[in-house]
Amino acid sequence: MYSQGLIGADGRTEESEAFLEAFQKRIDAEEKIEPKDAMPEGYRRTLIRQIGQHAHSEIVGMLPEGNWITRAPSLKRKAALLAKVQDEGGHGLYLYAAAETLGVSREQMTEELHSGKAKYSSIFNYPTLSWADIGAIGWLVDGAAIMNQIPLCRCSFGPYARAMIRICKEESFHQRQGYEIMLTLCRGTPEQKEMAQDALNRFWWPALMMFGPHDKDSAHSEQSMKWKIKRFSNDQLRQKFIDATVPQAEYLGLTVPDPDLRWDPELNDGKGGYRHGEIDWDEFWRVVKGDGVMNRDRIAARRKAWEEGAWVREAALAHAAKREGRRAAAE
Amino acid sequence: MKEETPLWEVFIRPRNGLAHRHVGSVHAADAVLALDAARDVYTRRGEGNSIWVVPSAAITASDPAHADETFDPTADKIYRHPTFYDIPEDVGHM
Repeated sequence: MYSQGLIGADGRTEESEAFLEAFQKRIDAEEKIEPKDAMPEGYRRTLIRQIGQHAHSEIVGMLPEGNWITRAPSLKRKAALLAKVQDEGGHGLYLYAAAETLGVSREQMTEELHSGKAKYSSIFNYPTLSWADIGAIGWLVDGAAIMNQIPLCRCSFGPYARAMIRICKEESFHQRQGYEIMLTLCRGTPEQKEMAQDALNRFWWPALMMFGPHDKDSAHSEQSMKWKIKRFSNDQLRQKFIDATVPQAEYLGLTVPDPDLRWDPELNDGKGGYRHGEIDWDEFWRVVKGDGVMNRDRIAARRKAWEEGAWVREAALAHAAKREGRRAAAE
Repeated sequence: MKEETPLWEVFIRPRNGLAHRHVGSVHAADAVLALDAARDVYTRRGEGNSIWVVPSAAITASDPAHADETFDPTADKIYRHPTFYDIPEDVGHM
């Protein structure tokens, strides 16, 4: 999901050769870059964009799952889903804080999300139509997110790497709760198993798209790899995800909705892997550019929350100012 | 744009006997709300038993551009380290 953060990133820099070389040397030596360190403008811009969009993805990601909290089938499932959605909110906040260390304000990032200038992961523009979708999201969407996020724990920018370590620790519960929902449905009635298959059918391809465009179409990937913001290419991560996930689908007794999917012993340097069919990139770009089923709803929901919460933010600031005034008067 | 909600740095002590450690930051209008937010954001899984919140604006940091002048002099004072001194092995562990 976070490779998508690079779409449209502007990695150009205008600094002197010597400065850029010295910076690259630090990166090559695996030194972490901290917020107040000198850094190329392109590095700063790329990170603000990527971390900001990663944060937006966490926050918008609360919406499709939040949709099912009141309708969870049992108290246990409801408690787990509530905790998961709360985690996503927390992840968004860790990430906003990491981006803010680069000199962008929270208000600015929020504004860019609401105006459509900043993107978030395309996956959250798909609707959650049945309870099985909550299972599929935990299993596939969080699974794909983990694939993406584990290498980000070693990102060259310190605050981003530290936030990712916290997030990865918490994310594992998300994937397991999702898979357990799928497993329960698959061991249930034929109708329940059909629900699980239907959810896999709808979420499989969008989950593969979370890794971003093909390497050959990913314009800014190369610079991000050089700066060690990214450690693996989009296609490498996608391949890892497919190889890990297909056997999990088989265990569930579900069919991956890709007629071209086949085992190829030559892949992955002879260790073997799954070849997959062509991804519908037209759909991908359509959803990224705002024409997915849920794009408008998601932004409308975020705007509503922001606008209807304005009086709370204002009242809290007014209360703080009043108390501060009284304290100063008493001194 | 309206007034921005202030930023606070959050420090958590994982358990008694350890020092408070910086874990991240939160936005909050005042110290009480900052503590509440820090609890919700940074201690959902028993990460600690004590939280400090400090207004980010109250922190003065050293300048990384001056790191050489600031920290280099410590590297050439090798006599500050125990291995600088020769003690015969016969003396035993010291």
